Amino acid sequence: MGNPNVGKSVVFSRLTGANVIASNYPGTTVDFSKGKMRLDGEKVEIIDAPGTYSLEPTNKAEEVALKMFEEADVVINVVDATNLERNLYLTLQLLERDKPVIIALNLWDETKHLGIYIDEKKLEELLDVPAVPTVAITGEGIKKLVSRIKEAKSPEHIKPTSDEARWIEIGSIIKKVERIEHRHHTLVDRIADATIKPLTGIPFAIVIIFASFWIVRLIGESLINFIFDPFFNLWYKPVMVELSNLLGSGFLHDIIIGQLINGDIDFMQSMGLLTTGLYVPIGMVLPYIIAFYFTLSILEDSGYLPRLATVVDNVFHKLGMHGHGIVPVFLGLGCNVPGALATRTLETRKQRFISATLLAIAVPCMAQTAMIFGALGTYGMQYIVMVFLTLGVLYVVMGLILNKTVKGESPEIFLEIPPYHRPSLRAVTKKTWMRVRWFLSDAIPFLFFGVFIVNVLYVAGVLQWLGRVLSPVTQALFGLPGSASVALIMGFLRKDLAVGVLLPLDLTPLQMVIAVTMLTVYFPCVATFAVLIKELGIKDMLKATVIMIATAVVVGAVLKVILLGV
Amino acid sequence: MTAKTLPLTSVIPGMTARIVDIRGGYGFQKKLHMMGLVNGKKLRVVSVQPLRGPVTVEVNGRQVTLGRGMAGKVLVEVIR
Repeated sequence: MGNPNVGKSVVFSRLTGANVIASNYPGTTVDFSKGKMRLDGEKVEIIDAPGTYSLEPTNKAEEVALKMFEEADVVINVVDATNLERNLYLTLQLLERDKPVIIALNLWDETKHLGIYIDEKKLEELLDVPAVPTVAITGEGIKKLVSRIKEAKSPEHIKPTSDEARWIEIGSIIKKVERIEHRHHTLVDRIADATIKPLTGIPFAIVIIFASFWIVRLIGESLINFIFDPFFNLWYKPVMVELSNLLGSGFLHDIIIGQLINGDIDFMQSMGLLTTGLYVPIGMVLPYIIAFYFTLSILEDSGYLPRLATVVDNVFHKLGMHGHGIVPVFLGLGCNVPGALATRTLETRKQRFISATLLAIAVPCMAQTAMIFGALGTYGMQYIVMVFLTLGVLYVVMGLILNKTVKGESPEIFLEIPPYHRPSLRAVTKKTWMRVRWFLSDAIPFLFFGVFIVNVLYVAGVLQWLGRVLSPVTQALFGLPGSASVALIMGFLRKDLAVGVLLPLDLTPLQMVIAVTMLTVYFPCVATFAVLIKELGIKDMLKATVIMIATAVVVGAVLKVILLGV
Repeated sequence: MTAKTLPLTSVIPGMTARIVDIRGGYGFQKKLHMMGLVNGKKLRVVSVQPLRGPVTVEVNGRQVTLGRGMAGKVLVEVIR
């Protein structure tokens, strides 16, 4: 157990060798991890409790931590040695109860860089429990920690007391065991401060965001050009051509391979389950998802995100959230599924509702971005900018409206700004993999299912029929040809594929802007929808869905007036 | 020791101050205590974001961002 961000998960994975990542996102420590470790030849169970500042829970995660504490036989209290004073509060509370405790003084290596000297022997003596310095990242001290677990105990002299008395006690302990060498503000400190001061921090944030997307594109394109495209064109396509010949023509061929374009399989337009259905998510979207989460994990592990949250807090607070609201947006730009999960980190129902609804409306995931580029790339960059600009404006406008109309509280930002770290490649790779796995395991099955349904409906003629019924609406309201309504309906299941329907329609660039924007806005993908039902509950999700569809209709109609002038 | 008491929000970034009082309920006080914001503590104001944005302070060598409303409830006296 320990405070958030002290390296509990790293200590845990050192003890168990399990595959855990160190961060306080949902899907990591909040959903706690369990493992086994060897102790004196015996296998014992070990649990990675959610981070908590005290034993008086203020949220769900801390409640879980308290429950785990009560059930434990021995507690390993992981402490951030660079921030001993604050961490000792929980330690004292733990020692007050009748549970054997051992302390791991983690991040020990960093105390020296910071000019902090801790007398761990003295601390051990004062608290009357073992205290072992550790550097979990490198594994230093872990063996010693394990060997001393049996010495863990509950000291007699520390009794339950008041909040005030605890802080006084901590003050006196700190005086005896810690010496901080006065340190002038170094250049690094000054640069660190510059990234949070508004005058320099805002331009810095803009540069970082643009640089990040440039890196994402660079990595993503390289993956496509050197790995994914060669694989699909040289290896996969011949197999599909064989299969196409084997199946001949008919229902099965239409579902699995789709339509042949000029007598050949076209991965973008054939629409088959194993052609377009597989190529778009794996060949086009996956490389960018990998690139995106790799870059994001670096940003995250470096300690920049809390600073970004601080800099953008004033904007997000006006949209009914606080600075942390940028995290679901960032995650959602990769795949909306982890984005939707990250809305959990916001405290109140109102904040989560706004964050999730805006995510679904105005944050395009990589698949949607691929769709936007695929549909408009040939017309020119300015049209792509139009779509993203519309989405940005929508995020802000809808946020302002929702903040005014949704009942509930939206508490202010309150978060720790960790010092900058050099990200470790191992941790970053692990984190990237965990998130890519979300996409592979949760989103791809839905994508597959989506294309299957689309094909069945298409072959059965249902889509065309719906398209005909709705075509007067699409024409009158959005200025799009009637057949575009097929794409809009298809977008409920697979937006990325809807482009394949739009492309042959010979839309003008501005019509395409309208169609693509609406496709992005009106409904998230089925996978995100399923996750959001879990996160928000069915009632709130229905409300959110109504808001999404209404927004899409309004946006389509408004864009028609602005862009087409009729 | 005749320094004026003022809310944290009025301290100019870069200045150092000492916490005199934290106004608010038990839960609020506790929340701030957990981040090292305790009566008598010295802190340095790192930044104040514009448009009623949050305040970032450094205390115990650690930085914490707190919303404008919260910062307004922390009374301090400026040291320098």
